[in-house]
Amino acid sequence: MHQIITPSSRGKDLSILLIFIAVVLTAPLWGSLIGAGYPDLLQKFAIFGLFAIGYNLLFGLTGYLSFGHAAFLGVGSYVTVWSFKLLSMNVIPAVMFAVVFSGIFALVIGFLSLRRSGIYFSILTLAFAQMSYNLAYSVLTPITNGETGLRVLRDDPRVIDNALGVTLEGSPLGDLFGITLTGYAGFYFCAAMLILGFWLSLKIFRSPFGMKLVAIKSNQTRMEYTGFNPRPYLLSAFVISGMYAGLAGSLMAITDPLAGAERMQWTASGEVVLMTILGGLGTLFGPILGAATIKYFENIFSAINLQVLENTFAFMPEWLGGIMVTITRPFVGEGWHLTLGVLFMLIIIFMPGGLIEGFRRLSRLFGGKKAASETPAAESEGGVK
Amino acid sequence: MEALLLQVLNGLDKGGAYALIALGLTLVFGTLGVVNFAHGALFMLGAFVAVSVQNVLTISKKVKDESITFFDAYKETPYLEIWWGDFGSLIIDFSVPIAILVAIPVMLLIGLAMERGLVRHFYKREHADQILVTFGLAIVLQEIVKANFGANPIPISAPDAVAGSVDIGSMFGLTGVVYPWWRILYLCFSLAVIAGVFAFLHMTTFGMVVRAGMHDRETVGLLGIDIQRRFTIVFGLAAVVAGLAGVMYTPILPPDYHMGMDFLVLSFVVVVVGGMGSLPGAVAAGFLLGILQSFFSMNEVKQYLPGIDQIIIYLVAVIILLVRPRGLMGKD
Repeated sequence: MHQIITPSSRGKDLSILLIFIAVVLTAPLWGSLIGAGYPDLLQKFAIFGLFAIGYNLLFGLTGYLSFGHAAFLGVGSYVTVWSFKLLSMNVIPAVMFAVVFSGIFALVIGFLSLRRSGIYFSILTLAFAQMSYNLAYSVLTPITNGETGLRVLRDDPRVIDNALGVTLEGSPLGDLFGITLTGYAGFYFCAAMLILGFWLSLKIFRSPFGMKLVAIKSNQTRMEYTGFNPRPYLLSAFVISGMYAGLAGSLMAITDPLAGAERMQWTASGEVVLMTILGGLGTLFGPILGAATIKYFENIFSAINLQVLENTFAFMPEWLGGIMVTITRPFVGEGWHLTLGVLFMLIIIFMPGGLIEGFRRLSRLFGGKKAASETPAAESEGGVK
Repeated sequence: MEALLLQVLNGLDKGGAYALIALGLTLVFGTLGVVNFAHGALFMLGAFVAVSVQNVLTISKKVKDESITFFDAYKETPYLEIWWGDFGSLIIDFSVPIAILVAIPVMLLIGLAMERGLVRHFYKREHADQILVTFGLAIVLQEIVKANFGANPIPISAPDAVAGSVDIGSMFGLTGVVYPWWRILYLCFSLAVIAGVFAFLHMTTFGMVVRAGMHDRETVGLLGIDIQRRFTIVFGLAAVVAGLAGVMYTPILPPDYHMGMDFLVLSFVVVVVGGMGSLPGAVAAGFLLGILQSFFSMNEVKQYLPGIDQIIIYLVAVIILLVRPRGLMGKD
């Protein structure tokens, strides 16, 4: 059922990477064509793309469904804000600390949770995430600032900045050696991280390590018979994906220096599951596609209100337009989550492979003979089917 | 002593809700082998049946207020009061018990529709897919409720007769143990429902077949019994149990659209602590965790272990899963 990834030639991977870089760096250009050409939204694409790529390395490759990844996201955010408060507004130490701490956190949780598999693993990660969330809200208030959320203040120590004589001007924002990371600077920083993350994920997909992860998913017993102990590989995958989540959380705090506990709630973990599945589980591009799709439509749909709807259906006869408005009204604006839920259910029921599988089916449908030669290529690009 | 008794009582009614939801979850898992993440949504739907019943009963029209004479004042008076006077207001007062009667057929239909329409297509798929599709369904259901009833909690009142509190301590010669009537009723109600479900499974032929099917589905099928149809009804039953738990909980906690998600996580924890697929385990673990939670929320305990009340349930679940993965009463 699962195809083993054939290590393709280096040249092909390089071209995949180059295309990816080109697409990401020109995002402001093509983004403006679809009405997404502003840094706030593009940043979200990159951040959630990273989160989903990392999640995919665990769930997509090994099949272990974690419901606790939001906790790592939260840890990344908190560590970043603390680094801003105590050390420096420079983002390099902040990102590094965030990745390291979320990695350690993931190591502890993963070590315990991976003693079980299947539904028990899911419940364990869920329990750990809820514990972190509840603690962040209550007793850990000195560290997390509870409900208000942790923010950078003017009179924080910032040891390194003070030693270097850097003073804070204006509102506290992350900077990269003097470049304030707002607007497009912020986006390009996130984009650089996304490219780095994608490159690493590509490497893992092609490596023997990645193959072992797929082996765990397809048949763990057989893997044990061949003499591999799956645990270390699983734990590594868990920690790596936790670090991705930490990085994403860190970027969230960099682009908006505020960390709140609600980021750690289990429904936030649910969101990354939705993204990964929607795009295409276990594929290279799927998770990023899913993350961008969800964030894009969230942006579009949430903005639609009654007025917009009425204008849209204005060309119809009045009674028909009225019916259409009544039907579509619950799905837009506040009701965006309803659309998301319905879309997600449809994907799971009819197209478990996500959007990537959808594209593949379409190309098979329309391409005919041409698609037959293209399909294997698409599959090796997409990785596991 | 008094404080301890109060906490046990507190834990028992919360435990009653956990036990009822976990019972339904376990029934569905034991019979159909499906991990139903939409079960919390059924609890929430039950609560909103109570809201709808209250809304229907209090449909009002503007009537001139006779008590104010120097200008024209109008007040909203429910039709029921206009038609039947005091008897009408009595009916409105008893909206929650009436909602229970309404909820049984409604939840049964919802449950059957859910099983026939969606869940049955997922028997053969992986647990992960079942979790995901029911999670999606839960989102859809709660968003539909949000679109119709708004995002704010809606207060529902218990009938006046049982709205007060009772000095339960005096029965045991203690002073100062005063407890709301409704919570005591909730405990009795959940015990009755649990007893009813067990009686149904153990004392009727239908229940016997269902238990046999849980044990060995294939053999029961070979005997020429349509086990699938019975399991579908069991799914409906689980939905009714969850819905009733929701209806009865409304005077304790004003329902809002995401209450299902909050309870879902806890009830899954209850199910795994009790042992996946074990009905007595689910019930015992529900009450146990409810009592543990309220015991650890006592100030005396929190003094020594700050924050323990927030995590105790999850902590117990983690320990149980790591030490005894089959749960307290699960079979190996």
